[in-house]
Amino acid sequence: MTDAYIFDHVRSPRGKGKSDGSLHQVTPVELLTQVLESLRDRNELDTSRIDDVIMGVVHNQGEQASNPARTAAINAGYAEEAAGKQLNRFCASGLEAVNSAAAQVMSGMSDLCIGGGLESMSRVPMDTVGGALAVDPQVAYGGYFVPQGISADLIASKYGFTREDVDAFAVESQKRASHARDEGYFDNSIVPIKDNLGDILLDHDECIRTGTTVEDLAKLKPSFVQMGEFGFNSVAIQRYPEVEKINHVHHAGNSSVIVDGASAVLVGTKEVGEELGLTPRAKIVGFASTGTEPTIMLTGPAPSAEKVLKRCGMSKDNIDLFELNEAFAVVVLLYMQQMDIDHEQINVNGGAIAMGHPLGATGGMVLGTLIDEMERRDLNTGLVNLCIGGGMGTSTIVERA
Amino acid sequence: MSKTMNMNVDQDGIAVIEIDVQDRPMNVITADFADDFKNCVEEITKDEKIIGAVLTSAKNDFMAGADLKSMLPSLIGLGDASAMAERIIESHKLNRAMETCGKPFVAAINGTALGGGLEITLSCHYRIAADRNDAVLGLPEVMVGLLPGGGGTQRLPRIIGIQAALELMTQGKHLKPQKALAMGIVNELAPPDELLSKAKQWIIDGGKATQPWDTKGFKVPGGFDPNTKGTIQMFSVVNAMVAKNTNHNYPAPIAIVSSVYEGCQVPIDTGLEIEAKYFVGLLCDPVSGNMIRSLFNNKQSADKLRARPKGVDKHTVKTLGMLGAGMMGAGITLVSAQAGMKVYLLDSTQENAEKGKAYSEKYFQKSVALKKMTEEKKAAIMDNIIATTDYNDLKDCDLIIEAVFENREIKADVTQKTEAVIGEDIIFASNTSTLPISGLAESSSRPHNFIGMHFFSPVEKMPLVEMIMGEQSSDEALAKSLDYIQQIKKTPIVVNDSRGFFTSRVFSTSCNEANEMMREGVNPALIENAARHAGYPVGPFAVQDETTIDLSVKIHNQTKEDMGDDYKPMSSIEVMQKMYELGRLGKRFGKGFYEYPEGGKKFLWPGLSDIYPVNEQQPDIQEIKDRMMSVQALDAYRCLEENVLTSPDDGDIGSIFGWGFPPWTGGVFSYIDMVGLQNFVDRCDDYCDRFGERFKVPDSLRERAKNKEKFYS
Repeated sequence: MTDAYIFDHVRSPRGKGKSDGSLHQVTPVELLTQVLESLRDRNELDTSRIDDVIMGVVHNQGEQASNPARTAAINAGYAEEAAGKQLNRFCASGLEAVNSAAAQVMSGMSDLCIGGGLESMSRVPMDTVGGALAVDPQVAYGGYFVPQGISADLIASKYGFTREDVDAFAVESQKRASHARDEGYFDNSIVPIKDNLGDILLDHDECIRTGTTVEDLAKLKPSFVQMGEFGFNSVAIQRYPEVEKINHVHHAGNSSVIVDGASAVLVGTKEVGEELGLTPRAKIVGFASTGTEPTIMLTGPAPSAEKVLKRCGMSKDNIDLFELNEAFAVVVLLYMQQMDIDHEQINVNGGAIAMGHPLGATGGMVLGTLIDEMERRDLNTGLVNLCIGGGMGTSTIVERA
Repeated sequence: MSKTMNMNVDQDGIAVIEIDVQDRPMNVITADFADDFKNCVEEITKDEKIIGAVLTSAKNDFMAGADLKSMLPSLIGLGDASAMAERIIESHKLNRAMETCGKPFVAAINGTALGGGLEITLSCHYRIAADRNDAVLGLPEVMVGLLPGGGGTQRLPRIIGIQAALELMTQGKHLKPQKALAMGIVNELAPPDELLSKAKQWIIDGGKATQPWDTKGFKVPGGFDPNTKGTIQMFSVVNAMVAKNTNHNYPAPIAIVSSVYEGCQVPIDTGLEIEAKYFVGLLCDPVSGNMIRSLFNNKQSADKLRARPKGVDKHTVKTLGMLGAGMMGAGITLVSAQAGMKVYLLDSTQENAEKGKAYSEKYFQKSVALKKMTEEKKAAIMDNIIATTDYNDLKDCDLIIEAVFENREIKADVTQKTEAVIGEDIIFASNTSTLPISGLAESSSRPHNFIGMHFFSPVEKMPLVEMIMGEQSSDEALAKSLDYIQQIKKTPIVVNDSRGFFTSRVFSTSCNEANEMMREGVNPALIENAARHAGYPVGPFAVQDETTIDLSVKIHNQTKEDMGDDYKPMSSIEVMQKMYELGRLGKRFGKGFYEYPEGGKKFLWPGLSDIYPVNEQQPDIQEIKDRMMSVQALDAYRCLEENVLTSPDDGDIGSIFGWGFPPWTGGVFSYIDMVGLQNFVDRCDDYCDRFGERFKVPDSLRERAKNKEKFYS
């Protein structure tokens, strides 16, 4: 099997995913276009050598429908040989895209690919996208569907995480993200997004709330109370009858921020790198996805981590640094408990609670953040992980090249 | 002329079809009706002189639904699901022929139109309803585990919009004509005597013979698009609400939602096919059979006093003597006064008696506030309740009901004082929930007139009354009591005397089972949820808190005193005694199995796990459900064997309406049938080994299983 290497990665800054967000005026394809342009330009890439541009997009409709991967590549002026495809593994789409790129390379069927993702949540809002999961009565009723917020609160209720626990975690995420941004840890990877006159619209993650305290968060009302009362709490308890009641602990301050963003990771063989003058930064050791119980939905990360570790003949003690997307605070708290790892080993530069979770794009972003930090700390191995709607987890292990 | 309808054509060329199904008090859809209607539609289509048709009824009401007793068995008799669906799809062609024949059909809905009766009108091009306050319209199929299978799930949402249609059909709501007009189900109201002329006029004025859904560019009112926010949110919430309300026990509501969701995305003919398939799915599900049997057929026959001994003249209670103005007495007073009776409400002090009367005052005040009752009506009812302490007031009463404190001496005392003033043939009914009637009758000088009449609390809400025959209770006493129960619109069952009768005795077995499970180390929250998810209205610990641990322990002590060595207490009595010792006496006392924080929601007392540590390994929730339902079903069987119950029907109705045995099962005996007799016996044998003698299977039940002798064939 051929080894797959990561030569570089870039991402957009994360803009507030509402109509007053700095990236709202940028079309999704343009957002991805600028990220792809940057990846090409800073590596002086001969794009005719790119076999595939694989992009994760969760809400593949409207402007984000019809394969924006290929559309953006062409829009960015890539060679027409660079094919493109769009995939959807919900919140892990961006990482899945990188894994797919790696798989094509490892199988020997591709030399050089780009994986990553895109989501303009301000322009294609979450609640406008249907699909059978929540809407089709046979599927939703038969599958005990509940929205993610209820799943997160269910985890807290079942495993006994309190409001104080999740708020404290959120405060730490803000603190770490502020520090990392101020110290310039993200600078090398962020592509400033410009308007058509060339003026910069945004060059940093705009949602970080520096100085957030536990007291600030204590004032926020839980977000999913009403939703629960509609019937979703009952559904959750029907699936988890050992839970007496759902304790609603999550709110806007300890859940991931809704943002716009795009990411791109360049993956290829050692040989193509040598040929094109690219220096490998990391090697993809292995990756895995797995399914878990769909109602509680967000408990997939640890099983997927165990799966990839086992497949690679490793244990969690072989991993120097972890990244797990902070969809909700409780997801990471449970993961740390199940994996028996300390907060000092995971999300050391904060996460989506502070910076945001542009669904399809996030996987590529957190992978990049992990590699940057491994380099900064001079560590050797890292594991990146996301929880996923519908009850799944996706993991990737990388090591320094 | 046909047996189900008459058709006449007037000089304007308007055909008037009057539905009049022979030998039926109410029009229902029968096989003959379908044939006759087909002929009419064909004639109207063919006959060039006919310009349109009015569909109405010759009876006081328009039409109820399909005849459950003939139509369903004939469908099910086809044996094969695909064949059933095919027949239904075939039957839709008639409605489609009517809709598309090019001549206008108008429904003149002269009275109540329910189920299939209303569905026929939805196939008409226009609907006018008589503006009658005593008529209702609706699609109540869900109440018997079915869906509106005559095109209702397709036409109604296309007429009034998705959300309103879903609400109406999943809840089986009945609407007054005014409300039906406001919702757009009917196009117009008319005074009853102008109904026909208005209907004809609509045709003469050129009423269109096209359904909206057969028009190009048709859109469902209010919009329906699974790719837009409104539709997405509506369905995701509806799906959850259905799950919440059914606990996944009732297949009909979600089938209705699916039929609407899938059917409204496609042309109506395809939609009707989708509906037919969901309908057949429900028909083949045991739940609809259970519900039709117990909640419809058997309940109806109980309400019609199937159990009433023949040869006793009908007895109407005009004046009731109510002894005891406590919670039960106050409730019985309320429902009796509401039914138009005069009630003498007697208690030991005037203050107590007035307090009992005030209960009605408060209740009817609410009705007035909600505009469900006029101030005058309320005043008239309240004038009919006379609070008193004087036994002489009882002398003209047609019936006496006693609901004083559960104590033999007190009961004996009031019995004698009452019998001293009432007429010789007046029935004396005792509302006791535990004390055997034959024993209480010993204090009566006329034990043949003495009978048990067990109400449930709160009386104004609980539909059941359990009649208990003492050893000497006469047929006349039973007949007259049943007549009274019919007057107050309750559903009776009749049982023979025994401690706890049927309902109190069997009900308590699942609470005992819950206590046993807790003692074994099962998580109490899991037990509570299992009960609710099985379909019980409340969990066993919540229920024991409601009825109070205080009372349970007191009854236990009293029974022990009464019976001495013969007494076999509930196996888990120690659990109750432990709670009693800890002063956790129940909800009324502020604490029990639950904590009741002020202004907050109750939660299970965390201290329970100190007394009964929770095991690491928990049983599957299905086993917990099975234990609670099986222990009740088995004890109900013992009641049948001991002749406490004389029919499975009474057991089924009593279990559902008395203590909320999950209605989807059809009741305790239907439940055994559904599980399968042999499976049930095997399960109980297994439980007997693992959990105790209370699951011991009587030989006669074992025999019955061997002979495959179901309770209902």
